[in-house]
Amino acid sequence: MTAPLHFHTITELAPLIAGGHVSSEDLTRACLSEIEAHDRALNAFITVLGAGAIAQARARDAEIAAGRCRGPLHGIPISLKDLIDQEGVPTTAASRVLGGHVAASDAPVTARLREAGAVLVGKTNLHEFAFGTTSDDTAFGAVRNPHDPSRSPGGSSGGSAVAIVTGMSVASIGTDTGGSIRIPSAACGTVGLKPAWGDVPCDGVVPLSRSLDHVGPLARSVADAWLIYLVLRGEPTAARWPLPARRSARGLRLGVPRAYFHDVLDDEVRGRFAASLAWLRQAGAQTVDVVIPRASGTAAVYLHMSLPEASAYHAGWLASVPERYTRNVRLRLEMGRYVLAEDYVRAQAARTALRREVDAALDGCDALVLPTLPIPAPVIGAASVEVAGTTQPVRAMMLRLTQLFNLTGHPAVSIPMGETAAGLPCGLQLVGRHQDTEGLLAAAAACEPIVLS
Amino acid sequence: MTIDDWLASACADADRRGLADLKPLLASLADATRALRGIDRDDAAGRPADPAPSGSPEPPPDGAPR
Repeated sequence: MTAPLHFHTITELAPLIAGGHVSSEDLTRACLSEIEAHDRALNAFITVLGAGAIAQARARDAEIAAGRCRGPLHGIPISLKDLIDQEGVPTTAASRVLGGHVAASDAPVTARLREAGAVLVGKTNLHEFAFGTTSDDTAFGAVRNPHDPSRSPGGSSGGSAVAIVTGMSVASIGTDTGGSIRIPSAACGTVGLKPAWGDVPCDGVVPLSRSLDHVGPLARSVADAWLIYLVLRGEPTAARWPLPARRSARGLRLGVPRAYFHDVLDDEVRGRFAASLAWLRQAGAQTVDVVIPRASGTAAVYLHMSLPEASAYHAGWLASVPERYTRNVRLRLEMGRYVLAEDYVRAQAARTALRREVDAALDGCDALVLPTLPIPAPVIGAASVEVAGTTQPVRAMMLRLTQLFNLTGHPAVSIPMGETAAGLPCGLQLVGRHQDTEGLLAAAAACEPIVLS
Repeated sequence: MTIDDWLASACADADRRGLADLKPLLASLADATRALRGIDRDDAAGRPADPAPSGSPEPPPDGAPR
């Protein structure tokens, strides 16, 4: 280990904490120092729980001294996207709409993290109400990408990804309605897991679109994401730790959907993806081209599901305090109020068809593989971006490769697959079989060291 | 309701509410709705001629003649 301890993975840190070789207090103080030093420039956090976090860490250290270790998250500093309730702490959703709201109780996921021994260091910044992919429409200032502060970290869980990359927390909990965990993970170079729909409870989390919302971890490795995922879904981790030996990529069968998914790709992202596939094949994985025939209709289906569901939740505030929203978020919420019920029903039918098509594409495969983002992190505030000689809307580009799997509910994870020449991270997305998040993570763990090599 | 009728009505309502900035977004939503109804139309064209319940009529999705 050469990097400072607070830049290491949970898998590396957990035995050191359990053995009393590293204190949670030291680790937590190191994270808080990073926040103090860098967050004014990056805007990753909305609320920092300095004294409260240190008190939690001391309590965890006292437990270790008394011979009690709760599991691999014991004493690990973790941040929460500021849509997730933590008792006694404001939940802002990065909006002035919720100004003054303090959570009365923990969300189930927060309570599970506490029970597992995690130290909650603060609430991270996001795109207002998670209704965007760039984390720049927020009441707390645009979140900036640590790889290039003129660029977006992606979103909506932008602050969470930045916190991990900069050592402000070892891991973070985000939400994903169209890609909001995977997109910032790809843009910042972290691992981001959207579990299968329904795996992790969304109670106590400000909704965006209830039928598309997922809660999941952003982390520094697939193994870390797996450990946090187990806790979030309510499973004790102590009995399943350490992790089983990493599965080899040999014999892994990966489906590659190309039509639609490769139609608009940045040249460098295309190059990173092609190299990753070549390395995976060299390591013994088999790749097979698959087709998702209706994939080109994804954005239309997604809009007609997500917009009215979001607008329904916000209807009261849109009527009473519309001026408190950022302009772009307000306009998109207003747009949802005009979707016709008949088109919402059509979208539901198309969603069912898409789910069947993704199931069919996965038949005989361990996972689908595709880029997470078709472009590197965009410049903050840019409405459009040049991609392979064409001009494309940033929002559509950011969602293009991820939102399908929110519609279908399949688990999906983004893992780092290197960087562009300018040093901007690229992400490889793996999509697992229906309700098989653990199978997906096993495949991702096998791919992880290969696509990073 | 046809998409053109819907868009005209929605834009008029946005104007009435002082939300003229919404009109370009409504136009893009109209494009998405055309795409959505196109999927529905393609699916309808691919359905068996006599889907259950038998004899139930299948109107075109956007009031367009088939």
